[in-house]
Amino acid sequence: MTVEYIPRTRELYSGYAPYRWVVNADPPPWTPLRKPLAQSKLAVISSGGILYRDQPRFHREDASYRLIPKHATQADLSVWHFGYRTADAESDHNCVFPLARLRELEAAGVIGELADPAYSFMGGVYSARKVREELAPRIADELTKAHVDAFYLVPA
Amino acid sequence: MTSALDITQAVNPPRAVFVNFPLGHQTGKPHQPDLQRQIVRDALHAFETIARPGTIVELPYVWDPDDRQWEATDYTGDFLPPRPPKEDADQAEAARRSRFATPNAK
Repeated sequence: MTVEYIPRTRELYSGYAPYRWVVNADPPPWTPLRKPLAQSKLAVISSGGILYRDQPRFHREDASYRLIPKHATQADLSVWHFGYRTADAESDHNCVFPLARLRELEAAGVIGELADPAYSFMGGVYSARKVREELAPRIADELTKAHVDAFYLVPA
Repeated sequence: MTSALDITQAVNPPRAVFVNFPLGHQTGKPHQPDLQRQIVRDALHAFETIARPGTIVELPYVWDPDDRQWEATDYTGDFLPPRPPKEDADQAEAARRSRFATPNAK
């Protein structure tokens, strides 16, 4: 069985106006990987609400993002998110933000370079428009300026 | 990376990798670095193997071979933590930030 989260969300938030899910019927845009992963610069983005040290927490409807230094350790990181159970992610951020694992894969040569910084936002933003028109273009700009070849998005 | 297959099918991203774990564990269980590394490695491998836009690769990992009950209850009932009163939340946030606000902080 695979859990159907769309009806479960509808039930969990039954006191609110129904959420308008993003449904993209058109074929998705396609950018081929330009070089092997072992030669590529890869950025990681988590919507798990990860915070570095004294960075301010997120708020509901918050379309801002945080820059997380790639060498951040478990002790540097905390989690603020209202939409999932964060206890495991707080105890080991690699559940939703696999920074330590990506550093190991960089050292092992699986990826050419792990981009610094990583990016985090809080995925519980009700307005899909806000994400599409504000948050996503801002992070896309950052990725373009950082000359990354690919990004790995881990939603939570 | 996703553990919510129906949401990802609706969004229809160019490439996706699905792992059937409870929400909040998209890249593995806590304190199991080998499992986490394998999931991340599999996900990154999909950059090189997915050729058709919209493909969702399903990974074979099982959360708990002896218990599939989580699927019946994940994201239902009292799944979401109660919202703390604003003063408590503000206090917790101030305490969290002050932990790091030392003169030698990076």
